[in-house]
Amino acid sequence: MSAATAEALPQRRKPIKVGKVVSRALFYLLIVIILGYILFPFYWAARTSFMPDADIYLTPVQYWPKNFTVQHYINAFSEPTFVRSIANSAIVGVSATLISILIGASAAYALARFNFLGRNVALYLILAMSMFPGISILGSLYTVLQRFHLYNTLYALIIVYLTFALPLMVWIMQSFFRGMPRDLEEAAYVDGASQFQTFWRIMIPLAAPGLATVGILTIMGCWQEYLFALSFLLSSSKWTVPLAIANTGANQASAFQIPWGDQMAETLVVMLPLIAAVLILQRRIISGLTAGAVKG
Amino acid sequence: MASVAYNHVFKRYSAEAVAVKDLSLQILDTEFMVLVGPSGCGKSTALRMLAGLEEISDGEIKIGDRVVNEVPARERDIAMVFQSYALYPHMSVYDNMAFGLKMRRVAKSEIETKVKEASKILGLDNFLKRKPRQLSGGQRQRVALGRAIVRNPQVFLLDEPLSNLDAQLRVETRINLQKLHKDLDATFIYVTHDQVEAMTMGDRIAVMKDGILQQVASPREIYDDPVNMYVAGFIGSPKMNFIPVTVSGNTAKASGFTLELPKAPGIEKGVLGVRPEDLTEVPHEGFPKIEMKVEVVEVLGSDQFLYGKVGSDDVIARLDPQFKVSVGDAVPLHMNMRRLHLFDVGSERAVL
Repeated sequence: MSAATAEALPQRRKPIKVGKVVSRALFYLLIVIILGYILFPFYWAARTSFMPDADIYLTPVQYWPKNFTVQHYINAFSEPTFVRSIANSAIVGVSATLISILIGASAAYALARFNFLGRNVALYLILAMSMFPGISILGSLYTVLQRFHLYNTLYALIIVYLTFALPLMVWIMQSFFRGMPRDLEEAAYVDGASQFQTFWRIMIPLAAPGLATVGILTIMGCWQEYLFALSFLLSSSKWTVPLAIANTGANQASAFQIPWGDQMAETLVVMLPLIAAVLILQRRIISGLTAGAVKG
Repeated sequence: MASVAYNHVFKRYSAEAVAVKDLSLQILDTEFMVLVGPSGCGKSTALRMLAGLEEISDGEIKIGDRVVNEVPARERDIAMVFQSYALYPHMSVYDNMAFGLKMRRVAKSEIETKVKEASKILGLDNFLKRKPRQLSGGQRQRVALGRAIVRNPQVFLLDEPLSNLDAQLRVETRINLQKLHKDLDATFIYVTHDQVEAMTMGDRIAVMKDGILQQVASPREIYDDPVNMYVAGFIGSPKMNFIPVTVSGNTAKASGFTLELPKAPGIEKGVLGVRPEDLTEVPHEGFPKIEMKVEVVEVLGSDQFLYGKVGSDDVIARLDPQFKVSVGDAVPLHMNMRRLHLFDVGSERAVL
């Protein structure tokens, strides 16, 4: 290489380097903005939940509670409606999720693997079902539930939540099953397994990551659902978490003041089980679980 | 153990897409039958119909005396080794092998004896607790075999079981499979696209092309007397040389030489088939001489391949590596007349 090119190189490289630094900086700036956008509400809720009521409205705004208190958490847990609502939400969420796994996963497997008349029609009908906004089926659901004497019961919510849980389960799982190698099922058939045994003993264990993913989505959907809960639950003993939080302080003397501190404390409390669920199920979502099944 | 019979079997996916056409093939009890052909020739489909994984469009398949057309896979009492091995990834090696027996409600103690026995034969004793992903390719392949062995089925079906192994392991496993066949004294049906596997392992070979069975015979017979140009070209490596000739009476004329045939074949245009190993640098009584212009020389230690032209036709010759040749030489070669093949141009059938 000649001396001329050796000298020219660093000069030419410099502007590239600056550009690289700038683009790097922009990249991290973007990350910070996105993180801030996502995390700010959590931070704000946490801040509020540890402040005495009087400080919440103070100006200038306190970004960190000066008079730290856990009173709001004590209030939350001494509110029977709220404590009860956590149990109610858990019952509804877990039931709806388990039922949707049981029914939805087998439906998804059938739709993914077996050819039968009207399969695509069924598939698109199921997809169409999940397109309806909840409010549009509210009236008819109300009539149905009333007719079967399920109004104001937790069963009502479980059934209603299945209307969005099942299509989700069926759609995600059928594409999941489609992506799985057929050899495994064929090997099971040749080994003497029936279709159901193949599904139950081979496909379901292998579909665990997919089931866990959809399970998390379903539980989250149930946990935060407000409209149906508001419409179909009357007594406060049946309330689910969103209803209980929204109604916190409603029967207190100061009905016109929103108890932000208590509500924020409750919000943070009900987030914990969800985070725990995600962490527990995440262990199941191990990528490459099928590794070693086929190919060397 | 059982024999297997295909009687005029068809597999049609649609009017145009016919994977297997009128396959009739008798496989004897305890025979090692190899179905061989290029990809898409219908050999795998034929095997899968026997396994019960594909429906039979027409014809009849028998295992022993039983027609199995309507029998579901799990009741056919066959075992299959898949190309991908298809091991259950969430089960240990032991459970993989035991699965078939569990499905058949075999007693636990018996399952254990059988799995232990099979794992001993296959050298898997120390891996029984492992998951498939913790095994090497060769070990996985053996687990797939083990899963078949423990079942003690009527027929073993093997669908390209060696193609995911590296070259050295493939040779080893090939030999082990033959031993296994002898030890088990079972009927094996083995699908492969590899003519070396077919030649070395099969008691008989069935060569397929475009869904049509070309020839069924012992490896030696297939090599010595291929019924048509396709079989002749498919079996043997390097490929048989095909030299176009015009025939009049019993004289065949190629671009580079003229040849007296042992008898008049009764065709005008033909293709002469000469295997590279039937050309020799050593003169023999009654071996006609041809002259080859050498273009490429490959010395492989045990063999020497010459690529070149005889007249205007491409020819490959397989010679003694001690014979010194360089590129550009005109080498006199002698053709083994006893091993000469002549094919009709139109039908590609062997006429001599």
